[in-house]
Amino acid sequence: MIVSVTVNGEQRSASVFGSESLLVVLRDELRLAGSKNACEEGECGSCSVLLDGRLVCSCLVMAADTDGSTVTTVEGVAGADGSIHRVQQALLEAGATQCGFCTPGFVMAIVDLLEGEPHPGTADIGEALAGNICRCTGYGSIVRAVRRLADSSER
Amino acid sequence: MTAPTTTVQRPPTGVAGGVGTTTGRPDAIPKLSGSFAYPSDLWAEGMLWGATVRSPFARARIGRIDVAPALAVPGVAAALTQEDVPGRKTFGLEHSDQPVLVDREVRFFGEPVALVVGRDEETARRGAAAVVVEFERLEPLTDPEEADRRDEVFRRLRIRRGDPGLHGEVVVEGYYEVGIQDQAPLGPEAGLAVPDGNGGVDLHATSQAVHVDHAQIVASLGLAPDQVRVHPAGMGGAFGAREDLNLHIHLCLLALRTGKPVKMAYRRAESFAGHVHRHPARMWYRHEADRTGRLVRVEARILLDGGAYASSTTAVVANASYFAVGPYRCDAVVVDGVGVRTNNPPCGAMRGFGAVQSCFGYESQMDRLAAALGMDPLELRRRNALGRGDVLATTGQEIDGPLPTIEVIDSVASLPLPDARLDDDPRLLPGGVGLTTPLSAVKRGVGYAVGMKNLAFSEGFDDFAEARVALTPRGATVETAAVEVGQGLVAVLAQIARSALGLSEVTVRTVDTSRLGSAGSTSASRQTQMSGGAVLEAATRLRQRLLDDWEADQLDDVGLWRGEQLIAGLDEVCARGDSVEEVRFRHPPTSLPDDDGQGRVHADFVVAAHRAVVDVDPELGLVRVVSIDTAQDVGLALNPGLVRGQIEGGIMQGLGLALMEELVVDDGVIRNANFTDYLLPTIADAPPVEMVLVEQPGSWGPFGAKGVGEPPTISSTAAIVAAIRDAVGRPLTRVPVRPADIVGL
Repeated sequence: MIVSVTVNGEQRSASVFGSESLLVVLRDELRLAGSKNACEEGECGSCSVLLDGRLVCSCLVMAADTDGSTVTTVEGVAGADGSIHRVQQALLEAGATQCGFCTPGFVMAIVDLLEGEPHPGTADIGEALAGNICRCTGYGSIVRAVRRLADSSER
Repeated sequence: MTAPTTTVQRPPTGVAGGVGTTTGRPDAIPKLSGSFAYPSDLWAEGMLWGATVRSPFARARIGRIDVAPALAVPGVAAALTQEDVPGRKTFGLEHSDQPVLVDREVRFFGEPVALVVGRDEETARRGAAAVVVEFERLEPLTDPEEADRRDEVFRRLRIRRGDPGLHGEVVVEGYYEVGIQDQAPLGPEAGLAVPDGNGGVDLHATSQAVHVDHAQIVASLGLAPDQVRVHPAGMGGAFGAREDLNLHIHLCLLALRTGKPVKMAYRRAESFAGHVHRHPARMWYRHEADRTGRLVRVEARILLDGGAYASSTTAVVANASYFAVGPYRCDAVVVDGVGVRTNNPPCGAMRGFGAVQSCFGYESQMDRLAAALGMDPLELRRRNALGRGDVLATTGQEIDGPLPTIEVIDSVASLPLPDARLDDDPRLLPGGVGLTTPLSAVKRGVGYAVGMKNLAFSEGFDDFAEARVALTPRGATVETAAVEVGQGLVAVLAQIARSALGLSEVTVRTVDTSRLGSAGSTSASRQTQMSGGAVLEAATRLRQRLLDDWEADQLDDVGLWRGEQLIAGLDEVCARGDSVEEVRFRHPPTSLPDDDGQGRVHADFVVAAHRAVVDVDPELGLVRVVSIDTAQDVGLALNPGLVRGQIEGGIMQGLGLALMEELVVDDGVIRNANFTDYLLPTIADAPPVEMVLVEQPGSWGPFGAKGVGEPPTISSTAAIVAAIRDAVGRPLTRVPVRPADIVGL
């Protein structure tokens, strides 16, 4: 079937087969490879995107179900002028990307976290980001980046 | 701290982005914005997809293989078996014992039997599912003790040092086990092979050492070396899992057969079967000391299960055995290390490489010994701490560079302990909001461990790294074939070149196997010292030659100067002649041991200490790690931010081994080949980490730097287990520690 989705503000359509995931369609059909294919079963969060404003693992979403939806991927969070998002900036400054495979997923999950809770505490951060696995950083630098964002948000 | 005597060149100051500063990494923005390409993201016009037919059994005899049903699937282009391998039918890091595709006997679960290539991934997988293989299931050998009895052995290493009649008054014995840990790099094994139209091929794939891959690939393809180019690709982590080949030869075979670019990407279950793991270990230890706590004698038997093929087992046995006593002096040592061949999943490199396993053994023993002596465990370690001028207890090799064992112990002990009160937020307690035990029953424990390892390759291996440094009109370029796996080598090499040249504009390029000689493997914590050493030497030579040729006394971003006078701008210098230096760098030579395991076996050593604080729910057997603090011997921190990243990340892998990470293998079959059942630490498991970087410049690394990647993973596991023991008082002789072990079921 043909699915029409607004991806990062652009109307896109793709031919999908029955069981194909949104992740596969994003990566292979729409050639947006920023969403990553680490576990493809919803455990690691590397494929996180915003689907109609909700944070989802795109590997668990059937592409056929997304007709008419709006999707934001890591490629779509930068400013119109190409400047990186403040979440990306904070991760950059904290040195929170090593191999980088989990990074797009963390960017999306942190964007989502801060939209719901601009000043998360330690346990909030742990709870919100526990669905994103990072194998390199040990998470310390990611926590520091989110703390800095939480502290700098206007109260 | 003791003042080290060293001849190492101190970094010049004044260059922006030089060594000693936390510079950003050039790949950070692409990684943060999703544009950085990993092998699984690669795409070529008209490319096909490959898929692998694997054995569902750990051991089986193969009868007929019929690929005709696969070829009948619409869109399938070809299907290959072992008969289609034109060159050497086997590959392997140290011994070429692993079939490219199995033809007669399957030796491990998931072993590749055939390949199918089709127009897309789904078609290739359907084709692979259609291949008919007749397996006659055979009884797998899965007990490493039985393998030892049958002499199914990759290596036995016998170490004897000191007076065999020497004994101590205080004796402790123990038996310890380490489960199979998986590297679980997030980026799956993947690659793209592109035929060059002249019978050759270009491969872009997951790797830790492109030249090592290249030699094996060329042999199996039966091609001349210059017909194959292996390109370093973006790496989604590695941790040892990418030292061995898996899909590399397969991809090249499929591309050469079809004449088209071919891509493969393993799914997670396939990844677990498709790469080697950390060796599971069984260890018997006997420590003897005198009444003052002086270690007199250590005996150890260390049994590592190498699984079906050799991989790097011989070197892992070496590390586990040579570091069987840890960073301690000891008068008499008896160590028997063995790595056996079974039908379990093949094991090879993982961060810490043998030193992790024995550290769990000897540090558990040091705590037991301290208890038997009635001595503070840290005091026992201090009294025996190995330092410069001592000899390694196993090999007898003199430690002739700095080894700050006492300093790392004292530094970590001096860090403040976390607040003794339990957190108000139930999410920060063991078991989280699911904690049902009364708060008053939650037990706090503190544990310490100290670990040691060699740096770079040992036992006489000709270990070298090549680099090329060239002046450009804007600054300089650095080229190496060293694989960046995420650790930040691309940043560190630029920093070294900046400091050595006095230029701030430096670009690092990672080149394929045809452009430069080997940088060696990104493993053994070696690239900062080895490729970094090559870059330092090339840059230093280049600068000196330019100064000499132009009779100048200073080089900077503008050009060459003599006093206050500019002699030539960078563009003029480049236009006027040769401004490139190429270097092959070697570390100090090492040698094979003698029959008693004695000799100058290692090039360099490193130590680290960890302190773990845990809260334990003793009723449900749940653990929360409250904090892990560390002090690490880093030589000189070339980039403190990246060092911190290595330390925090390495500690989490140690935490994983201590508490949750284990491949469950049943009759040789992996039962938890997914991230649902193979548990990895998440951000909710991550404790805060305070650290002290102990800087005593080493004897040959650039500016005195030592490798930093592995030490965080070596003693963190043992420290966590020591803390749990402190909390609940149980022996806990196996990692990962399971809830039932804590409860005592």
